Amino acid sequence: MLAYLARRLLQSVLVLLGVSVIVFGLLHLTGDPTRLLLPLEAREEDVRQLRALLGLDDPLWLQYVRFLSHAVHADFGLSFKHQVPALGLILSTLPATLELTAAGLALALLVAVPVGILAALRRNSLLDAVCSVGVLVGQAMPVYWLGLLLIMVFAVGLGWFPAAGRDGLRSLVLPATALGAFSMARLARLARSGMLEVLAQDYVRTARSAGVRAFVVTYKYALKNAAIPLVTVIGLEFGILLGGAVITETIFAWPGVGRLAVDAIFSRDYPLVQAIVAVLATLFVVINLAVDLLYTYLDPRIVYVRRAR
Amino acid sequence: MTDAATLATALPVRSRARRRVSFRAVFGITVLLAMGGAALLAPQLAPWDPARQMLLKRLRPPAWEARGLREHPLGTDHLGRDILSRILYGGRISLAVSLSSVALAATLGVTLGLCAGFFGGRADAIIMRVVDVFLAIPYILLAMGVVFALGPSLLNVILVMGATRWVQFARIVRADVLSIREREFVVGARARGNRALRLLVRHVLPNALTPIIVVATLELAFMIIYESALSFLGLGVQPPTPTWGWMLADGRNYIATAWWLATFPGLAIMLTVLAVNLLGDWLRDRLDPRLTV
Amino acid sequence: MPPLLEVDGLQTQFVTGTGTVRAVDGVSFAIERGEVLGLVGESGCGKSVTSLSIMRLVPPPGRIAAGHIRLEGEDLLAKDAEAMRQVRGARIGMVFQEPMTSLNPVFSIGDQIASAALAHGGGGRAAAWERAVEMLQLVQVPSPGERVRDYPHQLSGGLRQRAMLALALVSGPRLLIADEPTTALDVTIQAQILDLLRRLQAERGMSVLMITHDLGVVAELCHRVAVIYAGRIVEMAPVARIFARPMHPYTQGLLRCLPHPSRFGQPLFSIEGVPPDLRRPPAGCRFAPRCPHVIESCRRAEPPLGEREPGHLVACPVLP
Repeated sequence: MLAYLARRLLQSVLVLLGVSVIVFGLLHLTGDPTRLLLPLEAREEDVRQLRALLGLDDPLWLQYVRFLSHAVHADFGLSFKHQVPALGLILSTLPATLELTAAGLALALLVAVPVGILAALRRNSLLDAVCSVGVLVGQAMPVYWLGLLLIMVFAVGLGWFPAAGRDGLRSLVLPATALGAFSMARLARLARSGMLEVLAQDYVRTARSAGVRAFVVTYKYALKNAAIPLVTVIGLEFGILLGGAVITETIFAWPGVGRLAVDAIFSRDYPLVQAIVAVLATLFVVINLAVDLLYTYLDPRIVYVRRAR
Repeated sequence: MTDAATLATALPVRSRARRRVSFRAVFGITVLLAMGGAALLAPQLAPWDPARQMLLKRLRPPAWEARGLREHPLGTDHLGRDILSRILYGGRISLAVSLSSVALAATLGVTLGLCAGFFGGRADAIIMRVVDVFLAIPYILLAMGVVFALGPSLLNVILVMGATRWVQFARIVRADVLSIREREFVVGARARGNRALRLLVRHVLPNALTPIIVVATLELAFMIIYESALSFLGLGVQPPTPTWGWMLADGRNYIATAWWLATFPGLAIMLTVLAVNLLGDWLRDRLDPRLTV
Repeated sequence: MPPLLEVDGLQTQFVTGTGTVRAVDGVSFAIERGEVLGLVGESGCGKSVTSLSIMRLVPPPGRIAAGHIRLEGEDLLAKDAEAMRQVRGARIGMVFQEPMTSLNPVFSIGDQIASAALAHGGGGRAAAWERAVEMLQLVQVPSPGERVRDYPHQLSGGLRQRAMLALALVSGPRLLIADEPTTALDVTIQAQILDLLRRLQAERGMSVLMITHDLGVVAELCHRVAVIYAGRIVEMAPVARIFARPMHPYTQGLLRCLPHPSRFGQPLFSIEGVPPDLRRPPAGCRFAPRCPHVIESCRRAEPPLGEREPGHLVACPVLP
């Protein structure tokens, strides 16, 4: 068990290193970062000053090492636009994003799992068909379109919820729904297919042959087995939701990291962009690690069998 | 237990799935053909030049509403441009970009997946870590950052999208190669040298083709949404070329007053994606049920 | 006293896209109290489906189309879902062929046996766990107190099968259906499990329906044997009679397939041909295409199962 944990930790560290390379590379994509950081009419003088300041004349690998050592000390430099430490800025807006993402995921799970299970139990019924259609539509809708629709109907049209801003539980509803809808669809399908697959297994037949009540068979036995693939996906799903949060925050003017990122990109505030990508990626890796641990609790086989990814 | 029970239950259980013609396939193919046809024939089908601004007729609702005009069936936008024409032309971009990106992602992903699965060991470990890295970074931010650095253009969008989504292909191909490899090879590939490469292409690839096709279809749907998201944020193909994402971005400002600006492009996206998804589902059910996600 | 189990004209079918498979097509037999009946046949002949039908656990698209199944006089097919559930485990127990897939990998065996115990009758979890340990002891699992917390993948094949047995017997059923319980095991383990089965059967006075394709198992364990082919019973007799004087060509073929020291050096025998497609069963005797003694009337009409000698039923008009 400990060996497994150590291995996963090592993997995570390697991944983070890789992320740092990409994040670092973002700035140097065009070969000359100063072009990115300064407005186009900048004087030659300013360009040279900036190069010296950022140490851009040093060999690339040296710059990377410097970047990495700063990053490890949680120093991503100052945000160009805001002139405050980038990391601090991110940490202040992160809670809002986490709130939104968690709400979206929770909503998705709350709807998807029961729906998926019910659809599996009442296979080929009207409920199943309706759910299938719902799932298909949900997966086809772009997040921002759904967001716009929701605003149109519920905020502008009916006035039940505010159209923008973060202001109490009510303002969370629409953005969380928009964000969660896509995941909802996918998770429901997973839940359904997972449940169907489990219900067809031999061990379910064994339990029934011993006279175990159908209720117990489904909700105690089958559910635990079906939860396993679902849990695996949740880690990845979180990453997808983080991506979706970027757009959702833009639409709903939700003061989170996503909106900060879009803003930063458009204002050429690259240190901030770097920092944001780094933080979000780290978050993703940590959450996946946690999910993996949860997985080992659910499925006792995993520690013994090398997992085929 | 190769009993009648197992034999019979190995066949598709849902009688609905056994019908000759699947509703999903028909719907999917029809819609896609319509979309594709519309995209190709946009110049012939579109009643107006999509970039033509007719400011006297700005913000007209769809033809069936009170203030609507017959010659603009879906209304006009804030610059007086015909929505229907813009949707038709927008479809071209969306489909072109998505198809190209999928092709790029597939090429990259399949190659890397083959290498990872086939050569195993260090190569596999390295490639898998790279996969992890790409999964960890929110694709939107990565795409945005790169496109912004390189400048928004058709080519850059395709490149970026292809370069961030290759991961799906790599994983599925790798899994397939691993399972085939267990079966065929006993001695390491190194012992066979060159011949191994031919075997790889000759035997492994055709087998892996099935899941690749399925993933490609599903990724196509994703790409369409992805591309329009980038457009929506202002980082996609630039105006005056209309894209569905741009139209949605424009429409965002007029949600309260002119609902049709945002609704129809979104509807177009949704229908296309729905059709692609249905097709992908049907393909998967027919070709490789174990991919069920 | 009526027999413990009476199967009468059972017909179980599977409705598929390519036709209806008549997996069990008119099977009748009875099992007395304390008797071990073997059900023998090759793969796909319908023996497992028969056992699943008795438990009413036939998976869709299968369904029991006709017939009666009487347990101690009660018609099982007439019972509703809850009543049937009470029968399963408490009155009829079942062990399956593949212990690895038949046990839930994410629960300990103790948990699974305890759940089976809790399904019938009261007592709390603590009592159920104690019963689980008792049962593991009964099936001769070493260190039952510790092993009860093990997961299926931590046990060897033989131990898993014992655990399955414990699960099936925990609620004290009078009838045990064993669907090829030793097929997936090594030969030495097979012998141990058969020993265990024999002992349990004698101690508890259980009836056993032993489903197998292995005639060796039949010889070891069974009192009577029914030979099933293409969904129908073709011969049924006490074990000694079947081995001494098999009367149906199929049974004879099966026995000849067994390697025998007296035939050392000769090529192994196999019955020519393949079983018929059960979606379109032939009109006459189903074994006719492969039968070395076939006559014209065989192909026209299905020979009925008749009592050729006391206690010995055969569905063949040809042989003495």
